[in-house]
Amino acid sequence: MYARPKTIEEATRAMATEGALAVSGGTDVYPAHVGKPLARPLVDLSRVAGLRGITQTGDGYRFGAASTWTDILQAPLPRAFNGLKAAAREVGSVQIQNRGTIAGNLCNASPAADGVPPLLSLDARVEIASATGRRVMPLSAFITGYRRTALAPGEIVTAVLVPKPAPAARSAFVKLGARRYLVISILMAAALVEKDAQGRIARAAVAVGAASPVAQRLPALEADLIGCGGRPSALVTPRHLEVLSPIDDVRATAAYRQEAALSAVGEALDLAAGQT
Amino acid sequence: MISFELNGTAVRCDAAPATRLSEVLRNRLGHKGTKSGCDAGDCGACTVLIDGEAACACLVPAAQADGARIATVEGLDASPKGQLLQRAFLARGAAQCGICTPGMLMAAVALLDRKAAPAREEIAEALGGVLCRCTGYAKIIDAVEDAAREAIHAEPMPEQGRAVGARIARLDGAPKIAGTELYGADAIPDDALWVRAIRSPHHRAGFRFGDIGRFIAAHPGIVRILTAKDVPGRNIFGVIPPFADQPVFAEDEARFRGEAVAAVVGERHAIDTLDLSAFPVTWEQRPSVLTIAAALDPAAPQLQRKRPGNILVRGHVETGDVEAALREAAVTVEGSFETAFVEHAYIEPEAGWARRAGDRIEITASTQAPYMDRDDTAAIMGLPPESVRIIPSACGGGFGSKLDLSVQPYVALAAWLTGRPAAMVYTRPESLQSTTKRHPAIMRSKMAASRDGKLLAMDFEGDFNTGAYASWGPTVANRVPVHASGPYAVPNYRANTRAVLTNCVPAGAFRGFGVPQTVVAQEQMLDMLAAKLGMDALDFRIRNALTDTAPTVTGQVMGDGVGIRDCLEALKPHWAALRRAAEEFNRTSARLKRGAGVAGMFYGCGNTSLPNPSTIRFGLKPDGRLSLHQGAVDIGQGANTVIAQIAADAVGLPLALVDLVPADTDLTPDCGKTSASRQTFVTGTAAERAGRSLRQRLLRLANAGEDATLSLDGGTLVVREDTAVRAIDLAALPRGAHGYVQCAEETFDPPTSPLDASGQGKPYAVYGFGAHLAEVEVDTRLGLVKVLRVVAAHDVGRAINPILVEGQIEGGVAQGIGMALMEEFTPGRGENLHDYLIPTAGDVPPIESILVERASSAGPFGAKGIGEQALIPTAPAILNAIHHATGARITRIPATPGRVLAALKTRRP
Repeated sequence: MYARPKTIEEATRAMATEGALAVSGGTDVYPAHVGKPLARPLVDLSRVAGLRGITQTGDGYRFGAASTWTDILQAPLPRAFNGLKAAAREVGSVQIQNRGTIAGNLCNASPAADGVPPLLSLDARVEIASATGRRVMPLSAFITGYRRTALAPGEIVTAVLVPKPAPAARSAFVKLGARRYLVISILMAAALVEKDAQGRIARAAVAVGAASPVAQRLPALEADLIGCGGRPSALVTPRHLEVLSPIDDVRATAAYRQEAALSAVGEALDLAAGQT
Repeated sequence: MISFELNGTAVRCDAAPATRLSEVLRNRLGHKGTKSGCDAGDCGACTVLIDGEAACACLVPAAQADGARIATVEGLDASPKGQLLQRAFLARGAAQCGICTPGMLMAAVALLDRKAAPAREEIAEALGGVLCRCTGYAKIIDAVEDAAREAIHAEPMPEQGRAVGARIARLDGAPKIAGTELYGADAIPDDALWVRAIRSPHHRAGFRFGDIGRFIAAHPGIVRILTAKDVPGRNIFGVIPPFADQPVFAEDEARFRGEAVAAVVGERHAIDTLDLSAFPVTWEQRPSVLTIAAALDPAAPQLQRKRPGNILVRGHVETGDVEAALREAAVTVEGSFETAFVEHAYIEPEAGWARRAGDRIEITASTQAPYMDRDDTAAIMGLPPESVRIIPSACGGGFGSKLDLSVQPYVALAAWLTGRPAAMVYTRPESLQSTTKRHPAIMRSKMAASRDGKLLAMDFEGDFNTGAYASWGPTVANRVPVHASGPYAVPNYRANTRAVLTNCVPAGAFRGFGVPQTVVAQEQMLDMLAAKLGMDALDFRIRNALTDTAPTVTGQVMGDGVGIRDCLEALKPHWAALRRAAEEFNRTSARLKRGAGVAGMFYGCGNTSLPNPSTIRFGLKPDGRLSLHQGAVDIGQGANTVIAQIAADAVGLPLALVDLVPADTDLTPDCGKTSASRQTFVTGTAAERAGRSLRQRLLRLANAGEDATLSLDGGTLVVREDTAVRAIDLAALPRGAHGYVQCAEETFDPPTSPLDASGQGKPYAVYGFGAHLAEVEVDTRLGLVKVLRVVAAHDVGRAINPILVEGQIEGGVAQGIGMALMEEFTPGRGENLHDYLIPTAGDVPPIESILVERASSAGPFGAKGIGEQALIPTAPAILNAIHHATGARITRIPATPGRVLAALKTRRP
């Protein structure tokens, strides 16, 4: 089966097929089928009306599920999205950024998904459609484990919703890889910082990717950063990173990731706080 | 049915909607310019433009092409920007093997459409998604810059007698930039059957086949299954006949993950849609040994009955009294070093096809060694060698691994037994699993010097993980002891090596045959010695450099052409400036530290003490053009151009008159294998001799002396001597065996002598020399190393074509950077090009090539090899630079961020 739905309704119906696999940019589906037939029923979401595009809504921003990383890079967005844009620029290559979609990155649920840490730091929510209606859930609840999500059969992601950031919010993204381009992250850190009129941190959101089955926010650190008027990296301690559970793989050891996280988180925070 | 616009023309196709667009373009629409390197978006070779945006065609469902505007390399010459890029790529030497060129061109055209005058960093970023394994990217970025500026300098064809040394574009470049070059997978007949191998998923396993008849019956379109029983000749192959030990199909047990036990032959559609996991085979996993240490354990499982202790072979070179010298020396150092499996990662996976022609079999495949392929395949097929014809396709990168057989026996068997053409194209995971790698090495070494800085002794032991079968393991074990001294005079020397069998993928030839590993130890230890002596590391090397009269560790005295000192001295100004700049930088920088490191090398061209002749045939056609039967396979390095340049000047006629007859065992005499940096030297000398011999014959036609000049005016040969002019009508002359009016055929085999029991003798007739200087920046908090600059000085004897020599150097440096910093293959893990990383356009710094020309009397016009030499010193130069930057010694490569960070912690204050 190869379905080409034009509406969300048709898409959810097609996705209810046993074993159905959604494809849009194809940047994750095809690499998983090298030398193997692509035998699962495919639902091509690339022509579903209303799935692509970035719009400002009353209370925030709506990233259509099929918006590509290039779309995100080119969209006029406030500075709070600079971290997300920096991540967009690090997703694979230009070729991948032109095709890979924001929702695909979330649904693939790789621990090393570049889009997840900045979206976590933006408190993104995921809008999901099924034949029976729509639901919205926090991104932190959407990805449930290593390559697992909360999507049920017959559901598709229709948008990623980001609440309107405070005008003072600034963000940054740091990716650590073993080469310059086209590289799967060893580790990523995303930080968003809001400062008060005195230049002290009023709110911080920090997330780390590729150091646990699902990228993690660091709430203890976020709490400790409030009121910080100097370099936020000075406040980051190993204790803040205890929620991480990195593993050894071909890219790095767990111990290296744990240690590098300390540095990457500090660097992302300093960048977001304008303290470089 | 999908329809779209392809390069401005409406096309329709009934491909299944989920088919990869790359497949549709290549196989349904015949646009083979779009290359498939990985099917996973990791290499970018299939980059096309979809509605003006670059995309990897391998990731695009055919259905999504419907209604789109698609541009491929085939349409480039219709656009002014496309043409400019193509011309610039050719002029700059940006295409070597050319397999990445279509993808690079398309990524570049997308950039220039978006931005008319991009900066170099923007070009690198735009090309960052297309991998190139040959060029090191510099000439590609130069070419894009030239095209943007519309400033393209194409060197004209050289005048008569001026071909050697001319900086001309490669003669075989036009199809590479047009996308019309035919690689192993590009000329497969439509009616061919396709072959897929069934490979062991375990490092070591017994296996039993189930009901194969039922499997065939259940799969319409599957024609037959091949196993060891179907091999008509001997089920054994290997590049070194006395060591041949690898079965085409495993018989009793599979000895490495990825070893073939059977092959499925069927119609293309049936093979494309086949789920290989349905094949009826059951595996019985057995205990395996993957490391040198495990294999050397007395209790270890034995890989091969005839190789007790899992030792395939030992190598040994000894001179002087090592023990005494080490005991008495003023200064000694010792160290242990370890290197990893390195994958060749050419962008073209193994591919080819065969057809049966009566009692002969013809194989068209990507290869570096047509005659070796012929002889080995003939033995497998039980045929005389003359019954096998090998037609090398264009080769999309080799670097040593395409010296060994891959698809050849499978397609030959399938075509022979079915009577139909049969094709096989490895997937990227198959290529990674089953084809040879660089040997991982564990090396222990001691070196000693006198107080005044003269090297006195070296004691070297190296073990090389050679995998499950011999491949080139014996060559590595024999070449390493000759080279482990580096290009220095070491009066007391002992090197012992072992190639150790394990249940890993066979390790074979990879640019340098073990020498790039040994320099990681030896060149770092030289720095350690210099530090102990309080000497400058470069001065210490210069002081000990080999000379024309100093003997090597095998007792060989070269007599001429020893350019290592020149190379080291050429680096001196850069060395002083970079060392100073780094120390200056480090005074104020806490986290980032810079350093500069140097390393030298020498490398013998050709086989080690074994014959390796090349034969060139060179004929004059009745129409007044020259025909050069050039059997040295051009795998991108430029043999088609270099050999022609040599031949043209040797005969004394314009290069523009030379037509190439490319490698084909039916048409070209044996020029040996493209390996061991031997083609410019060995085949080049054969070409020089053939050229001179043809010249003699032409002069004789006019009874003219050696000082006469020749020229060709259409079908008339004009011979001028002093004031006498003779015109000879070629059409009136009798024609010889090959249809030529005059023809010369000459052979050259380098003069070497066997090594005795102590490894003493003359293993090579010519060596190439070189030294690299690397500047690095280390992020001491994250362990990241960035190479900022490389200066590479190489003594090439004579640069026959400087643009091609630079191309070899830049590509070698890029591979050296990969080996030093990121490349490590672990059998069973990361069998793709996103886990196995090679440098991208953003990882290779500016490279300055310094060409030193200390002519060797043995080489053509003084020339020596450069192919492998270029890679060897890069990694140790980087490692020495890391030490200069941080004080940390890296003893295990690649120097991944984690290893660098660990080394920083253990460094002595």
